Amino acid sequence: MKSPLTLYQEHLGRGELAYQVSDGRPVFFPRVAAPGTGSTDLAWKVSKGEGAVYATTVAHYKGEPPLNIALIELDEGFRMMSRVEDIPAESVRIGMRVRLRVLPASEGRAALPVFVPVRP
Amino acid sequence: MSNAVSIAVAGVAESDLGQVAAGMSPVDLMAQATVRALDDCGLKLSDVDGIFCASAQVRFGPMVLAEYLGIQPKVFDGTQIGGASFMSHLAHARAALEAGLCDVALIAYGSTQRSVSRSSASPPDFNPYETPFRPMMPASAYALSASRHMHLYGTTREQLAEVAVAARQWALLNPAAWEKEPLSIEQVLQSRVVSWPLTVRDCCLVVDGGGAMIVTRSDRAKTLRRPPVHVLGIGEALGHNSISNMPDLTVTAARESGRQAFARAGLAPRDVKMLSLYDAFTITPILFLEDLGFCAKGEGGPFVAGGAIAPGGRLAVNTNGGGLSYCHPGMYGLLAMIEAVRQVRGECGPRQVPGCDVALAHGNGGVLSSQCTVLFGSAATH
Repeated sequence: MKSPLTLYQEHLGRGELAYQVSDGRPVFFPRVAAPGTGSTDLAWKVSKGEGAVYATTVAHYKGEPPLNIALIELDEGFRMMSRVEDIPAESVRIGMRVRLRVLPASEGRAALPVFVPVRP
Repeated sequence: MSNAVSIAVAGVAESDLGQVAAGMSPVDLMAQATVRALDDCGLKLSDVDGIFCASAQVRFGPMVLAEYLGIQPKVFDGTQIGGASFMSHLAHARAALEAGLCDVALIAYGSTQRSVSRSSASPPDFNPYETPFRPMMPASAYALSASRHMHLYGTTREQLAEVAVAARQWALLNPAAWEKEPLSIEQVLQSRVVSWPLTVRDCCLVVDGGGAMIVTRSDRAKTLRRPPVHVLGIGEALGHNSISNMPDLTVTAARESGRQAFARAGLAPRDVKMLSLYDAFTITPILFLEDLGFCAKGEGGPFVAGGAIAPGGRLAVNTNGGGLSYCHPGMYGLLAMIEAVRQVRGECGPRQVPGCDVALAHGNGGVLSSQCTVLFGSAATH
């Protein structure tokens, strides 16, 4: 058996953002049992990687450029923490449409799902 | 309704606060506050037969405190849900006292996070779905909530700053408060940004401190040294754990804890004369005023504006100066309750709220995660 985290990270390694579905409802973070029901009948799906910014903040670490941290609401109906890149951290706005960009694994860090603005 | 609840706070005390003597441990502070709280009510250490405590620095709290005090408790509870733990302890102590499982319950807390640094006092859990994005926890979680509240309801930076300024004005009336200088809205806005929209002045203090509370059944409390402060109602609620799993970032489980507490007390927000609202960050009292029913959802910003929760305002909130300006030793819930108890006793001197027969203490833990509400009342309300 592979853990939910291992399966999730294997998807990310292929450039995919995976989530689970149980009784037609999206489940994220991945689990061995569905919240509320305990169902172990959890199907893995790959997100289209499109969504909108739900909430945003900018962390100021000493000696570093401002760092965006955002909650992203995916169109499939689940929410996750990530960040929006390609624009200044303080320019990220709630409601902004964004698209997935998976940063490959490097130097002991697992592949990372970040987002970039969808240009109209 | 209130007849179902028959326990009262008999004694309260703070430990040393702020920057404690070198080498003091969290359990030293718990014990120091315990002795002071026993002296407050006139009970002896040997009377204590229930121990309730938690600290991020003490994994097995009840074992460590029982050993230190030399007590073999009949009942113990080390519930750890962050800053709201102590309201939860009070709820569990009530159940134990009402069931006759113990007669004198001690609730205690101690932290030396300023002395040993916050990162070593309370190292964060690793969350593979959040930690890689490097949120500055817990500030970034509260900042995310604030961003959403500002977006949906037009809450302003200035309104958030009002909470910090009101806390500072109260703190200047409290000799035990850490902060001693006035604070303006402009100073809050121009302070160093920690996690936008929150500046360092929107964030609670990082100091040492602790406290203790002695709780008995009301009939016994009436025979002791201090006027009993009755526990009229308690509510406990758990929401999420991590901020990315909070269903709505502008609605907390305080709605449920407050509903329970008011229903059990048979009271409504209009009956409350003073509130201790856990102010880990300036957004939290705004959320709790809304979720506990003191104003409508989204109106918390305008509600606190214009000095409305400062001394002389329309509603007395965090009269000790709160976690923002008085003391925030990692988990603030017990100190929040102690101030509410003292207000009901009427012993708060220049910061005393006149006729404070009912006070509310609300605890928050984690990242808006655990929410517990307590209503305290004088003998006249019991």
